[in-house]
Amino acid sequence: MTTLLIVLPLAAALVIWVLPLNDVSAGALALLAALVEVGVWIQLVARYDFGQGGLQFAQQRTWFSDLHVSYHVGVYGFSVWLIGLTVVAMAAAMAYGFWVGRDRMRAYMGLMLFLTGAIIGVFTAQDLLLFYAFFEAMMIPLYILVGVWGGPGRLGATLKFVLFTMAGSLLMLASIVVYGLSQNTFDLVQIGQSTSDWVFLGFVAAFAIKAPLFPLHGWLPDAYRESSPEVAAILSGVVSKAAAYGFLRIAITKFPEPAQHYRAPILTLAAIGLIYGSLLAFRAPDIRGVIAYSSLAQMGLITMGVFSINDLGLDGSVLQMVNHGLVSTTLFLLAGMVERRTLTGELSRLGGMARGRPALATVLLTAGVIALAVPLSSAFAGEFLILAGVFTHGWGWSVVGAVAIVLAAAYVLRLVSAILHRDVGPAVSDAALDLRPAELGVVVPMLACLLALSAWPAAITQHSFRGDHAQADVAQGFK
Amino acid sequence: MIPRPHVDWFALAPVNSLLATTALALLCAVLAPARSRKAVTATLCALGYATALGFAVALYVKSAHGHGVVVDALRRDRLAELTAIIVAASGILATAVSYRERWREDHIGEYYALLAAAGAGMVFFVGANNLLTLFLALEWFSISLYILCAIDRDRLSGLEAALKYLIIGGFGSAVLLFGAALVYGATGAIDFPGIAAAGREHDALQLFGLAMIIAGLAFKASAAPFHMWTPDVYEGAPTPLTAFMAAATKTVALVVTLRILVTAFPGDAYVWTRALAVIAVCSLVIGNLAALVQKGVKRMLAYSSISHAGFMLIAVASDSSLGARALLYYLVPYAAMSVGSFAVVAARERELGVPVTFANMAGFGWERPVLGISMWAFMLGFAGFPLTGGFIGKFYVFAAAYRHGWTWLVIVGVLATLVSLYYYLGLVRAMFMRRTEDLQLAPIGGSPPREALLQTAVVACAVVTIVTFFAVQPLIDVAKHAASSLPF
Repeated sequence: MTTLLIVLPLAAALVIWVLPLNDVSAGALALLAALVEVGVWIQLVARYDFGQGGLQFAQQRTWFSDLHVSYHVGVYGFSVWLIGLTVVAMAAAMAYGFWVGRDRMRAYMGLMLFLTGAIIGVFTAQDLLLFYAFFEAMMIPLYILVGVWGGPGRLGATLKFVLFTMAGSLLMLASIVVYGLSQNTFDLVQIGQSTSDWVFLGFVAAFAIKAPLFPLHGWLPDAYRESSPEVAAILSGVVSKAAAYGFLRIAITKFPEPAQHYRAPILTLAAIGLIYGSLLAFRAPDIRGVIAYSSLAQMGLITMGVFSINDLGLDGSVLQMVNHGLVSTTLFLLAGMVERRTLTGELSRLGGMARGRPALATVLLTAGVIALAVPLSSAFAGEFLILAGVFTHGWGWSVVGAVAIVLAAAYVLRLVSAILHRDVGPAVSDAALDLRPAELGVVVPMLACLLALSAWPAAITQHSFRGDHAQADVAQGFK
Repeated sequence: MIPRPHVDWFALAPVNSLLATTALALLCAVLAPARSRKAVTATLCALGYATALGFAVALYVKSAHGHGVVVDALRRDRLAELTAIIVAASGILATAVSYRERWREDHIGEYYALLAAAGAGMVFFVGANNLLTLFLALEWFSISLYILCAIDRDRLSGLEAALKYLIIGGFGSAVLLFGAALVYGATGAIDFPGIAAAGREHDALQLFGLAMIIAGLAFKASAAPFHMWTPDVYEGAPTPLTAFMAAATKTVALVVTLRILVTAFPGDAYVWTRALAVIAVCSLVIGNLAALVQKGVKRMLAYSSISHAGFMLIAVASDSSLGARALLYYLVPYAAMSVGSFAVVAARERELGVPVTFANMAGFGWERPVLGISMWAFMLGFAGFPLTGGFIGKFYVFAAAYRHGWTWLVIVGVLATLVSLYYYLGLVRAMFMRRTEDLQLAPIGGSPPREALLQTAVVACAVVTIVTFFAVQPLIDVAKHAASSLPF
């Protein structure tokens, strides 16, 4: 089942690359594969025994035995939700790309499917080297996706993106070599805990850049602005979660002592990123800038939740990973839809789009309201849990978080009003249509997921860790 | 009557089949009608390499316990046979890539004859078990390569490259020979086990000789600081030949370095492990930094080959069975990526008729998707990305370095990899992210014919590059058996 989730998109990608399909059939086939993938995931949710928790649907085969490396995959409760986020967001992104009609459709769709497989691989790998392989494999399609289908500044953006993230990844590779060989296994389930600060920092470097955490976010604004909206959606919504997952699955689980040691500095960076990102989002001149920096802020918040290492914080961060993934994907896709109508993302040239475009207004407002975490929304639940979790390590962290939530309200409302309200902007022509049914078809399912989560956040918070005791589960290394 | 030694003809079969090919090809170069000369000699060359490959595989299977042959002048063991397999496969691919090269074909018969002769020398080289056969084989394949570089007399850069290669290579050989003489002077033995048995570990004479032997071999492996000839020769030589040199010469030089150091100088391991670590670091630094600023793709690949020599020397320097496995594993995808990437460059060269630079690779990936995607795979492999054997190779090298206690070397390797991304991905960027319209050149002679042979060779290389990532266990088993020929 786990292998199927990984291999299905990869196989579909190969088929699309090899067969001489035209654009429409390639796109349709890819979309079909993405939807089948969602179906497989639904099967997974239905068959995963949340009562028992722990590693399920595990499969293991030796990859090379002399260094004890194996192909070992499986899912935990929290990975189920992250995989769900991946398949839903990828399906939406691919549907949008198909609808927009990206040129070189075969290459494009193949790469998106390849990316899907790689991300799911990251969330399911139970072997350090395999994890690394998938973690890096994500970069292969992303590099091309940003660099070929991106905006005018795409070449610089891809270069920065790759060099930043690879710098982190390669430090992680060094850490993996040292850690795995010193423990004489690379199996994430079996490998013992380590007390080495350096090895821990190697992992943290990779995840902190990928997330990103302040001050390692140099690649973020360009990458999110220059890539096509659906790729930016995946980058901020899904790929960044690979980093948060890494913090959760490896950093705090395998390195309890160093995690304790470095908790204060990491929480500080996360808090700075949270405030700084929110302030930048408030000042950003364009739609994508707002979402990009809010993403920086949200990743800071999620990291705070993970490093609080207690039941509330961990539950909250898993919920918030899924929330932010869905919200951010939705917002980036909406940004793309707006930009398509106005040919610009500059807030100063937009405005007044609500009039005569009820669907756009409703959808954008709904997404915005969830993003700013109004009470009863799933984001509120997530953020509240994280703040409550981090409170145990000092009330100051929670105050910072609370301030950031106020700031979030400010920047989201600024974004919404700059697009929908105020006077009609110079870039907005009367001919700009409301959202088309196909566009609604892309966005509404994700909003539906968010509303469902708002109604029942416990779906995730009570079904992520064994026996609903996150801290104990982490302390035992998810065994 | 002079007593003749017992000759194990089977052990010599790969060399002899290539030598016979050389002789036949030379005959055909004279006797065959000019029209069919190219086809006949090229086919002969490919068949010769294929026969050698077959014999090498058979020998690998039947040489579980390595032993000396021909009065111990040569070793018949799995290390030699595995390397011979890599050389022979590179030879076949290089023949395929050469076939449609656009050059003056008045010496085409000699070209294929010498290509087979070079391969024969290399196969002989990896079996060498004493200093004499070592030097003999080294000169044998080097001289073939010098001539091959200059085979196209219309090509000035080729002549220049050949001259540089001849002078610097000759100097390297002389250093090696001098080192061999010193070692003989110190130990009174020329066979590797004999040198080890002489037990003159800390003798200054022997150490000096050892240093010169390492230097001589490092010339051939193009490891810094003995790399000066590499960029010029790789750039100037006909591209199909560069492909062969990059893959095969480096392979044999590194394997022989491993063999001679481990079998002849185990007592001096304290010295040579450190020396090789220093050479490796130099190669990584110089190769990567110089590659950053290259505009020509061949020069970039040449510097990248220097940095890969560095990676593989880390494996040798770790002086362990794991290191030997790492080296032997690494060589397989490395050889495939080298042949493949130079073959793609050759294809582009034939299309444009000018030296290939980053700028004139623009749009290539979309125009020729098969070659473009293969090149993408090679670049990712060189850069050590997953889904290519290059990743596992680097991982093994780092593991060997760590096991040896050299965590700092792992860090150096990681940083070198990071730097290398800039130029490897730069080529991918040029191929896929720049448009053909950016290209300031018109292809010569209209749309070039699809070259089935070259394309097949490139695809084969790409398949090896990728399959080595998945099928690690069988390959590592092979490498382990080969490494067991050495006294670890």
